Amino acid sequence: MRDGLTQLIIISIYLCLLLCLGVFASRLFRGTKKDYLLASHSIGPFLLLMSLFGTTMTAFALVGSSGEAFSEGIGVYGMLASSSGIIHSLCFFLIGVKIWSLGRKYGYTTQIQYFRDRLDSDFIGILLFPILVGLVIPYLLIGVMAGGTVVQTMTAGAFPNLEAFSDPSPARHGGVPPWLGSLAICTVVLVYVFFGGMRGTAWANAFQTLVFMVLGLVTFVVIANTLGQQNSMFENLKAVTSKVPFEKVTREHMSQTKFFTYLLVPLSVGMFPHLFQHWLTAKSANSFKVPVVCHPIFIMIVWVPCVLIGIWATTLKLPPTITPNAVLPFLVKSQTGPVLAGLLTAGILAAIMSSLDSQFLCLGTIFSNDVVGHYIGHERLSDRQSIWLARTFIVLVVVVTYGLSLMGYKSVFAMGVWCFSGFASLFPLIVAALYWKRLTAWGAYACVLTAIGCWLYLFQDSEFGANGEYAVMLGEYEVMPVVVIFFSSLVAMVVVSLVTPPPSQETLARHFD
Amino acid sequence: MKNVIWALVIILLIIHQDNWFWTDDTLVFGFMPIGLMWHVGISLCAAFVWYLATIFAWPHELEYHDNAGNEEGDSK
Repeated sequence: MRDGLTQLIIISIYLCLLLCLGVFASRLFRGTKKDYLLASHSIGPFLLLMSLFGTTMTAFALVGSSGEAFSEGIGVYGMLASSSGIIHSLCFFLIGVKIWSLGRKYGYTTQIQYFRDRLDSDFIGILLFPILVGLVIPYLLIGVMAGGTVVQTMTAGAFPNLEAFSDPSPARHGGVPPWLGSLAICTVVLVYVFFGGMRGTAWANAFQTLVFMVLGLVTFVVIANTLGQQNSMFENLKAVTSKVPFEKVTREHMSQTKFFTYLLVPLSVGMFPHLFQHWLTAKSANSFKVPVVCHPIFIMIVWVPCVLIGIWATTLKLPPTITPNAVLPFLVKSQTGPVLAGLLTAGILAAIMSSLDSQFLCLGTIFSNDVVGHYIGHERLSDRQSIWLARTFIVLVVVVTYGLSLMGYKSVFAMGVWCFSGFASLFPLIVAALYWKRLTAWGAYACVLTAIGCWLYLFQDSEFGANGEYAVMLGEYEVMPVVVIFFSSLVAMVVVSLVTPPPSQETLARHFD
Repeated sequence: MKNVIWALVIILLIIHQDNWFWTDDTLVFGFMPIGLMWHVGISLCAAFVWYLATIFAWPHELEYHDNAGNEEGDSK
């Protein structure tokens, strides 16, 4: 069989399996809006762990981490993995449980719904809506574009004579072109989200999280054995790591202040609208205990092999045209057999799709709930109409995202960091809303406007993300842009809240008593 | 005990900045760069600290809403 064809068949079978899972989940659908959008608050500890973890681990975690380790060395683990282990769980603990509790009490489905109620302001919804959507779309693009690259690299050689499948790089020639791979991925995710809603999404997330964790570990062992060429796994690990250059096993070229300020980036989890929706699906507050404890370990299980594979790749002769994003798929293909390579590709796609689904569902929910439903009046829409409205918007979001993915390509890592920085800069808002009685609607507007103003300025200054090394100089210290945006929005929120009239006693009683 | 948990979280954040291993290329067990090993240790310690948090600092008062919410929730 031609090189790449086996992988293509395995990828196709995997995508069909996902479609079946979505159709099966839809058979359990109870027909209500609450069931479609929040799985009727029925998600227990295990499914919550898998869906939260699967949602936070995307192309950024697998393709981005190995590519960045290839470029920058082991420091990438400390920058985003160990820090996320501390901070993501902190967000689940301090924000997730409380949001769940308020959500059950007052029937929230989205972040915007919560902020409108907490701040007694309709305008906060109008302000947040384009910003949340605008920040989720690049996050979606990361997944859609990385999926296309992975499929193309892994199926290279399948159709060498087809004009549409040709590529200047031998590592990609004859593979399914990115536009087609991305289209297939978008279609599959769309189908199981469309029919299965939140329950289908949670199940698919759990299944895909298991797939990418197991297959990720298998990849690691197989690549170590192939590269090491010794008699035991331990000897292989020693043999392959001993060849890695000094700058990749240390952080010689990494700025210490930049590394330190990366700690703010994982705070983005506190403001992800899709995680907000996942938190509300929990069966009870106790369901959060397992995710809070296991999340750091799960991150470690996924990231350590990826980072090691990334630094090992520096010891190999790779095609000169290879991009960091293509390092993991290229190694998987060149160092393993076609069947295993096909399965491992399915694992990478699983990680990507387990984030895309929640984001598609979330954006569809925001459009239907916070825009159309809010202004037409929820009471005027039946559950059936609300569900179809959400579905229509999910289709629109998928179409727009796919269209944008065809327009260009940037580093998964750089785009991810900008997107996370935007959400992290809004973190003060959610913490203040939950824990600071003095927060006012004007303070919230100031926070959001300052965050987005600073973000836009610095983003354009970084040549719209093209400068992957971009940092802000504070005196002689190099810091991540998120520091400037985060503290500006925090100061704006506090100052404006203190000089504007406090919230009404009625609002405070609803949220703090 | 809650204060101890929060103190542990802060200590984790402080020791996360391991400047002392910045240019150390020692390979623990012959294959694990020491800078990476340190952060793996932080991941494991984070899980343990959060386990302690679920035992000693869990917001039990929010559990009440689990039952109350079933009756009251979704009224909007």
